[in-house]
Amino acid sequence: MLRIIGKRLLLVIPLLFIISMLSFVIIQLPPGDYVETYILNLRQMGGIPFEDAYHLADQLRERYALDKPLLVQYSIWMRHIVTKGDFGNSFTYDRPVTDILRERVPRTMAITLAGVLLSWLIAVPIGIYSAVHQYSFSDYVFTFLGFVGLSFPAFLFAIVLVFIVFQYTGWAITGIFSSAFEDAPWSLAKFWDMLKNMTIPMIVLSTSGAAALIRILRATLLDELKKQYVITARSKGLREMRLLFKYPVRVAINPLISTIGWLLPAAVGGEIVVSQVLNLPTTGPILLTSVLDQDMYLAGGILFILSSLTLVGTLISDILLVAVDPRIRFG
Amino acid sequence: MGKATSNVLSLLGLSSHPRAPVKEPKKDLAFASQGQLVWHKFRKHKVAMGSLVVLTLLYIGAIFADFIAPYEKNYRIPDVQFSAPTRVRVYEPGKGFSRPFVFAVKRQLDMTTFTYETVIDRSQKWHLRFFVNTDPYKLLGFIPVSHRLFGVDTGYISLFGTDNLGIDILSQTLYASRISLSVGLVGVAISFVLGVILGGISGYFGGTVDLIIQRIIEFVITLPQLPLWIALSAAVPNRWTGIETFFAITVILSLVGWTSLARVVRGRLISMREEDYVMAARVAGRRDGAIIRLHLLPGFMSYLVVSITLAIPAMILGETTLSFLGVGILPPEVSWGAMLREANDVTLIFNYTWYLTPCIFVIVAVLAYNFIGDGLRDAADPYSR
Repeated sequence: MLRIIGKRLLLVIPLLFIISMLSFVIIQLPPGDYVETYILNLRQMGGIPFEDAYHLADQLRERYALDKPLLVQYSIWMRHIVTKGDFGNSFTYDRPVTDILRERVPRTMAITLAGVLLSWLIAVPIGIYSAVHQYSFSDYVFTFLGFVGLSFPAFLFAIVLVFIVFQYTGWAITGIFSSAFEDAPWSLAKFWDMLKNMTIPMIVLSTSGAAALIRILRATLLDELKKQYVITARSKGLREMRLLFKYPVRVAINPLISTIGWLLPAAVGGEIVVSQVLNLPTTGPILLTSVLDQDMYLAGGILFILSSLTLVGTLISDILLVAVDPRIRFG
Repeated sequence: MGKATSNVLSLLGLSSHPRAPVKEPKKDLAFASQGQLVWHKFRKHKVAMGSLVVLTLLYIGAIFADFIAPYEKNYRIPDVQFSAPTRVRVYEPGKGFSRPFVFAVKRQLDMTTFTYETVIDRSQKWHLRFFVNTDPYKLLGFIPVSHRLFGVDTGYISLFGTDNLGIDILSQTLYASRISLSVGLVGVAISFVLGVILGGISGYFGGTVDLIIQRIIEFVITLPQLPLWIALSAAVPNRWTGIETFFAITVILSLVGWTSLARVVRGRLISMREEDYVMAARVAGRRDGAIIRLHLLPGFMSYLVVSITLAIPAMILGETTLSFLGVGILPPEVSWGAMLREANDVTLIFNYTWYLTPCIFVIVAVLAYNFIGDGLRDAADPYSR
């Protein structure tokens, strides 16, 4: 057990390095750099003479080491992250990227994880019900809803839900808190307000994951229910509910743990979209603007952190799977 | 006795009812090719067949958009910003039935809500005409035509309303479906080539190559797709033409898509390469490439078709999402996602609900592909009953 965990952990370190390198290279792909955009804006607004602008650009490039080759830039960036936890400076916000990340990444993580958990909470009972009542009316309804859930792009779902809520209550949902609670200290009322605001993002985030999970759980459970041991247990007089939860459900739930591997990356993407539509102050919207503005340290930092966290999440699910399923541990 | 059992029996030349004549078509099944068997079984899946029809219509709409759409892609109908959908009528109270027409429409600015309202003027009728004359254009790029399917003699017609610039949403949606619907096909074609080659190598040869390719696939799957897509799409230079951007976006989408196909191919190959007939082919001196192509590929083609069908809607959703976020297809090119980008405003869609029209197209297309994939999955193994 410990050996497996150790091996997985060791494998993560090189992967993290590859991720950091990928993030950095991708961020550098667009032609030009931030300084160019910055100078262009300055000249349009302030009308700085060309010579001065040129000089300023050179100074800025030197300060941020933008004139060095890519590999040198990367190693400086990486060295600062590893030694000082410093992700560089954001050009647009004129703040250390680390500060922005510290502020926004926990929110992204909380929303994403809550979304994944909710997918399970929705999917497990429905999946079990659908499998036990195969071809019943409600099974067809759930299957159909599952199809729709998979086909609805997250952003559309969010827009339509906001629209419906607005139409019936006249309340336009935006942000994590209503403006009245924005700066208020934590209280029960503020918490309640947050729950109200987070309902739609949570529904949107968990739906497509839940739809996929229901299909998987239903299929595996149906396979299990046909097996001999179920028939044997039934013929020996075990009560149906006890039989169901004691054996086939336990077997069928195990594969769900490994679904974190793709559920989590998908939820990270969903979170970006939902945050963009509902204006949540998480990493999503700033990733989008920073990528478009070529605010490279910010965009690179977010990309690196999101990918690494997903990787770590997958690792945890791997370890959980090993812990839960002895067949993998000894197989 | 169940229907399935009696089918099997009649296939074997036996019948559950000794005197009942064996139906002819059933007998043909015994000699049918695999393709015919799959099609036979697929046809029984009603939802999938319906989806196939719907999807065919959507593609016809996309291919002949020039002809079907009443207006050109970015044509602004003068002075009709935010027009509500116009209803085609054949009946006028008090006057009875007549040729299809729409009532004339006037737009007024409501001074209390400051939104544009569409007021129907019942005294004036605009008659609907089929095969109206328009500026000449080239259908499919080479057939010179100067007609469109329908239009009105005077005034304008916009079945799904117009946007803030007076662009007919029906026309734009039809033109947009060209990009949105072909992203899936082109993207899957790229993923298919990558997936079959890499998955094939991985599954057929095994060993170290397999290990490396599997690690790469696992790594790619762990990465969160959307942030990567966003970052990569932002790298597509603005000055690229519409078609170049389209291909760039498609390639970006397939960079992730190939992994699942590769997994299917590898899994199938591993289970099949130990079969006796493969060994026989190898002993007979067939080269590896020929074995994969002639003996293994037909065996898992049906599974591949299922995976491909289910990969297409994912690509369509990917493009729609990217364009919606503003890093995919950009104006003047239009795609469903790019059109929906404008709908990201509650008050706007509250006042002008028809902005959501492309969303119906997206959902219908994606659902149809999913249903077809499901039907194919059931039909993929025609020998299982």
